[in-house]
Amino acid sequence: MKYMLLINAGAVDADGGADGCDVGDWMAYDKQVREAGILVSGESLADLVTATTVRVAPDGRRTVTDGPFAETREILGGFYVIDVPDLDVALDWAARCPGARGGGSVVVRPVAEFAG
Amino acid sequence: MGETPTGNGGTDEAPSAVVEAVFREEHGRLLAALVRRFGDLDLAEEVTSEAVEAALTRWPVDGVPPRPGAWLMTTARRRAVDRLRRDQTLAARLAVLQAEADRAEAAPAAGAGGELPDERLQLFFTCAHPALAAEDRGALTLRYLAGLTTPEVARAFLVPTETMAKRITRAKKKIHGARIPFRVPDAGELPERLPGVLQAVYSIFTEGYAASGGPRLQRLDLAEEAIRLARILRRLLPAQREVAGLLALMLLVHARRAARTGSDDELLLLDEQDRGRWDRPMIAEGLDLVPVALTGGPPGPYGVQAAIAALHVEAADLATTDWPQIVALYDVLLALAPSPVVALNRAAAVAMRDGPEAGLALLDELADEPLLRGHHPYPAARGDLLNRLGRHAEAAEAYRKALALAGTGPERALLRRRLDTTGQPGASGT
Repeated sequence: MKYMLLINAGAVDADGGADGCDVGDWMAYDKQVREAGILVSGESLADLVTATTVRVAPDGRRTVTDGPFAETREILGGFYVIDVPDLDVALDWAARCPGARGGGSVVVRPVAEFAG
Repeated sequence: MGETPTGNGGTDEAPSAVVEAVFREEHGRLLAALVRRFGDLDLAEEVTSEAVEAALTRWPVDGVPPRPGAWLMTTARRRAVDRLRRDQTLAARLAVLQAEADRAEAAPAAGAGGELPDERLQLFFTCAHPALAAEDRGALTLRYLAGLTTPEVARAFLVPTETMAKRITRAKKKIHGARIPFRVPDAGELPERLPGVLQAVYSIFTEGYAASGGPRLQRLDLAEEAIRLARILRRLLPAQREVAGLLALMLLVHARRAARTGSDDELLLLDEQDRGRWDRPMIAEGLDLVPVALTGGPPGPYGVQAAIAALHVEAADLATTDWPQIVALYDVLLALAPSPVVALNRAAAVAMRDGPEAGLALLDELADEPLLRGHHPYPAARGDLLNRLGRHAEAAEAYRKALALAGTGPERALLRRRLDTTGQPGASGT
């Protein structure tokens, strides 16, 4: 079953490392996920200042705004999609993720399955 | 999908007592075995209900089979296989589930001697999974392991049936959709996961012991359900000392049930209870378990609470109770599981050991605890100590505060009685 791990990084420093973990931790984790053969996809997101929001009104008019800006301490910093047997295994991988430490959190969400 | 307890539908007016008894005893075991076999809680639940319905029709005519549990299991399994034949999509989905479950964990050997293998432990851990809302874990445990119907579970937790049905349906959807597994955590995970299971069982007990609202203080059948579940856990996890501790704690508290209320259903405090009405065999069983809970490693919170309960039942009266030892145990408990409620109980024990002044000083330190703000035992305990110190006006004030917070009729009656002892004008006016 596929699960998405949404990584809400805590306060991130200039090198992309949060409290309690550094870039080396992330590289080690990424390597583990790949070598375990469970990786479906995964990306880390560029700095939030580069984000742009698009909304389309009922009349079809498009609104483009700068941001969002971080209003809460936790912002989506990246994700993994992994394919594992059940929630317990997914939770284990989430717990090992450096993003779960240093005030960050990882939200685990099953990917919806549609009968083909 | 609605939560419909089809099992007893329409047969309530003339239920076969035998089927009922067998069903209560076998339900959890049957359901767990079916979940294990088919990997799907909904399917297991439906065919369990169908098997019970079939028993209600057949047994009064054909007689009760020699092994009722095995009969129910065979019937339920047949219904499940039939359903899977008819529903190829479901079958395909379950096949995938099964393959993945096998990949995750080797299947255990089938039970010897034709006995149903007991797979309830998996179900305990699923129902109390940390990914489920804490308030739903006790409800699921009652529903699936104690075999209560949804309306019964709703009554147990004092919520409308519709509300409980929604909660159970939502929890089931999470179990199914997020694929919470049916598995026993391995030895490494057990210390993290077992407290959740114990908490679910204990929440059933405390709900039964002091209902959070309504006229009756004790709902004994719920407390007994919790004890029954703890006995099952004790058989399934004999090496876990905290399981022994939980069972001991509940037995030692429940043994005092008959003495806890007076002839008018009024709540009696420990010093007012007729100790001759305590259930001695139950106390003996509980006392036997306390050393099991406390030896062989560092104690857990349930073991320590059981030890405190043991000191209470072993004393002839309040005066000869070993208060220094009780205070010492509360210190251990506070270190293991810090909580303002434990601190409150410790303060009351200190008052017994060192006098009301010392207890009151500790209670006043807890005045700003948000968790105690809506907790009527806090102002009630202050009232008791102030009363003993002769500060009657302040005591009356504290009792009035407690009365405003207390839920059950008997608790309120007790507080009114205490308020009267302050001799303050208008004490009974609530």
